[in-house]
Amino acid sequence: MKALLSFYLVVRRDPLLSVCAIFLITLIVLAAWGVEHTGYAATQISSASLQEPSRTHWFGTDIFGRDLFTRTLYGARFSLLIAAVATAISLFVGVSYGMISGYVGGRVDNVMMRLIEILYALPTLILVIVLVATLEAPMTQLMQGLGWTAIPPRFVLLFVFIGLTEWLTMARIIRGQVLVLRQQAYIQASFALGQSHLQILWRHLLPNLSGIILVYLTLTLPAVMLDESFLSFLGLGVQAPYASWGTLVSEAAGLINPIHSYWWMLLFPGGLMALTLLALNFLGDGLRDALDPRSCGRQ
Amino acid sequence: MSAIIFRRLLAAIPVLFIIVSLTFVLMHNAPGSPFSTERHIPAPIMAELEKKYHLHGSFWRQYGDYLGDLVHGDLGLSTQYRNRTVNEIIAQSLPVSMVLGSLAYSFALFAGITLGGLAAVRHHKAGDRWLMFAALLGISIPNFVLALLFIRVIAIDLALLPVAGWGSLDQLILPALCLSVPFVASITRLTRGGLLEVLRLDFVRTARAKGLSETAVLFRHALKVAILPVIGYSGPAIAGVLTGSIVVETIFGIPGIGPFFVNSVLNRDPFMTCGVVLVFGLFLILCNLVADILYFVVDRRVTMQ
Repeated sequence: MKALLSFYLVVRRDPLLSVCAIFLITLIVLAAWGVEHTGYAATQISSASLQEPSRTHWFGTDIFGRDLFTRTLYGARFSLLIAAVATAISLFVGVSYGMISGYVGGRVDNVMMRLIEILYALPTLILVIVLVATLEAPMTQLMQGLGWTAIPPRFVLLFVFIGLTEWLTMARIIRGQVLVLRQQAYIQASFALGQSHLQILWRHLLPNLSGIILVYLTLTLPAVMLDESFLSFLGLGVQAPYASWGTLVSEAAGLINPIHSYWWMLLFPGGLMALTLLALNFLGDGLRDALDPRSCGRQ
Repeated sequence: MSAIIFRRLLAAIPVLFIIVSLTFVLMHNAPGSPFSTERHIPAPIMAELEKKYHLHGSFWRQYGDYLGDLVHGDLGLSTQYRNRTVNEIIAQSLPVSMVLGSLAYSFALFAGITLGGLAAVRHHKAGDRWLMFAALLGISIPNFVLALLFIRVIAIDLALLPVAGWGSLDQLILPALCLSVPFVASITRLTRGGLLEVLRLDFVRTARAKGLSETAVLFRHALKVAILPVIGYSGPAIAGVLTGSIVVETIFGIPGIGPFFVNSVLNRDPFMTCGVVLVFGLFLILCNLVADILYFVVDRRVTMQ
């Protein structure tokens, strides 16, 4: 709580960070509620294909005449959602797994790290193919039974898949840091003073890991979005008429040719993605300063 | 030390066994078969085909046959590239990817650590923010966009380097550069993050107080501790880069192993898939072992069990 407050103060004080925060909040609001209010349906095909940006179509239209502004916002929904899921998994599973492995050490560490190697070496593609083939039908039934029709079942499977793979490198990096930190005098001192292992992990190790956790999280976010667009390209992720920023960018890249440049198709979704990542990055740096036990806010 | 390394290498055998077995099970359960085509194949021919490729009988029979072959160092026949063994395909394509990958990663380490150091020294100044912006672009731009851009600008418009191909040194530069960009970006960020933590510590102040130059403080003292996240990141990253990239190798027409990772799965080629997964697993285990040893060598506070 204290960290959040101090983060808020850091953001308030720095104009750049305030702009980043306002940008992200606006984007989330637009993605959540704006898609239905642009005047176009996100999946509506029309005859006005590949039009340049104009007053009627702010971002132009794509090859099927769909309004690109609506589709970009529509894609933001999925991209932001998958980024949030990946961050959460990387944070909770990856960090706690790595901390336990490094802190306990010995045989436990050995087994936990070998498990990571096995998961890491399994080819992601075949994993996704089998996952989709075996689980799509039961998942569809289950979700229809629960009345969830807004999200296609395949998206949920994509989340499961990202959950399986996205925390592995984070766990390894955290484990490496803990190997060093646990040898430090203050850890031994707090153990000698009778603090439990859990307290040591939570109160002493975690604050010292916050810097590297945030740095690696900002590396995970773009990687997840690219992974998603690669899987979608192979027909295993987001399928038309659904959209994500990744699929919009790869659709645009497929249309690049020397005669016509449909620049708006690459610029708007790609640019929005870059701006989002940039904003998250600067906020991550601000959060690092706020969380760091050794610095009091920003110098 | 050598006993620990020996034990880790022994532990690699069960890990590899589990990896290959899981891949085999997954391939067996994937929809479609390696021999399915548009044309109908008569049952007797299908039976002969399955027999030739050791894919007949129950699952356990096939699995047992494959493990028996593996023990003899035989990775089986590819069902996609008929009449070629997996051993042969890997032996031809893996060295190509390894040359390209090691070049790309060496460059990435050099550039990433230098840029990360520069950014950390300029923390909160314009130089730092621009470098971080560039690094972010490097991670977020998809590789295929970057490759096409490089070809367009460097190879076609400026005509400095060949567009594609494999065999001469100048054909190596562009794909290696392209392959290294996301790694440069990640290493820059990790180095900078690590250094920012370390530069405030007491021993850095001591080193400065001794009158060492800022470069010596940075590269001889601070970097040794700050580099640990880069080492942890590099284990899996090197394993990945040495076993090729489908995007870069396809675009630049390089006969590496990268495309097989995707195509063998899409073609439902069970032995080829298991073969490349085995290669990747082996690299992963070795690279992680080297990373763990480096943790110990660089920072003596880490104990090895």
